[in-house]
Amino acid sequence: MKRALFLIPLLLFLGLAGYLGFGLTRDARVLPSTLLDKPAPDFDLPPLLPGGAGLKTADLVGQVSLVNVFASWCVPCRAEHAIWAKVTKQENLPIYGINWKDKQAQAQAWLAELGNPYARIGFDPDNKAGVEWGVYGVPETYVIDRKGSIRFKHVGPVFEDTLDGTIMPLIRKLREEK
Amino acid sequence: MRRPVFALAGLLALLIAAAAGAVQPDEMLQDPTLESRARDLSAEIRCLVCQNQSIDDSDASLARDLRLLVREQIKQGRSDSEIRDYLVDRYGTFVLLDPPFRASTLVLWLGPLFVLLVGGAGLIVYLRGRSRIAADGSALSEDEMARIERLIGDGDRRA
Repeated sequence: MKRALFLIPLLLFLGLAGYLGFGLTRDARVLPSTLLDKPAPDFDLPPLLPGGAGLKTADLVGQVSLVNVFASWCVPCRAEHAIWAKVTKQENLPIYGINWKDKQAQAQAWLAELGNPYARIGFDPDNKAGVEWGVYGVPETYVIDRKGSIRFKHVGPVFEDTLDGTIMPLIRKLREEK
Repeated sequence: MRRPVFALAGLLALLIAAAAGAVQPDEMLQDPTLESRARDLSAEIRCLVCQNQSIDDSDASLARDLRLLVREQIKQGRSDSEIRDYLVDRYGTFVLLDPPFRASTLVLWLGPLFVLLVGGAGLIVYLRGRSRIAADGSALSEDEMARIERLIGDGDRRA
């Protein structure tokens, strides 16, 4: 029994190393949303495009949808942008945009260049809606259920693996909810 | 003679600049008491872009937004804890540089105490064991003493 005592420091070390090693596998830059499984916050944004539709809380009720926060100055937004055109072509899924901390003319030119996959785009140059949503960078993507609640948040650009592996399966599941 | 004075003045200017943080003059509140409250409060709020700086230190544009938001709410007469709660509701407790005492932060707060207690207990056990041997000089039995003699003797012969 006494001989086994020398194992104690070793076990303590292994425990600590395992705990800290697990910490290293987590990306500290990705914060969980505090709004998960809660109704989308109160906000009401004017349209980005002349003659286009703005975005407010009530627009998110009634169908499963995606909300994508983007800006023309954001390089990862450019990288992920093509995926939204693909989604709207393949799926009957509304994608709503929040144009965050951007300049209107630049955002309009950006969409003219890359295409506009958004059903509605709210223009948020002063981070008014961004604060309500807890946005701390772009791009961010939210999955909204039929009742207008936030069910998933992705920080950073969405590529095929996240879309096919996480977002689309969740959307199919949410569509079956009443 | 002049140079050290200039150097000192330059150093002082640098120190003052550092103390001013990232707050721009156009952000500041007119009322100095409210402004100093805003400064104290923003020093506790994490800039979520450059995560180990407070919004008072950070030049990130999101930090500026939050500084303005803090000042806006102070002007509206909200208390410090109301403003803190407002930010935590939106960004989570990570927005506070000083983590609150919760179930999820138990390891963080009590971990060092636990290590201290375990280490202290280990140290006490070790020291007690050592002083017992030191106090009792004849800790070795006669057989053991004889064996040591034999071993040392062996060594001598071989050398």
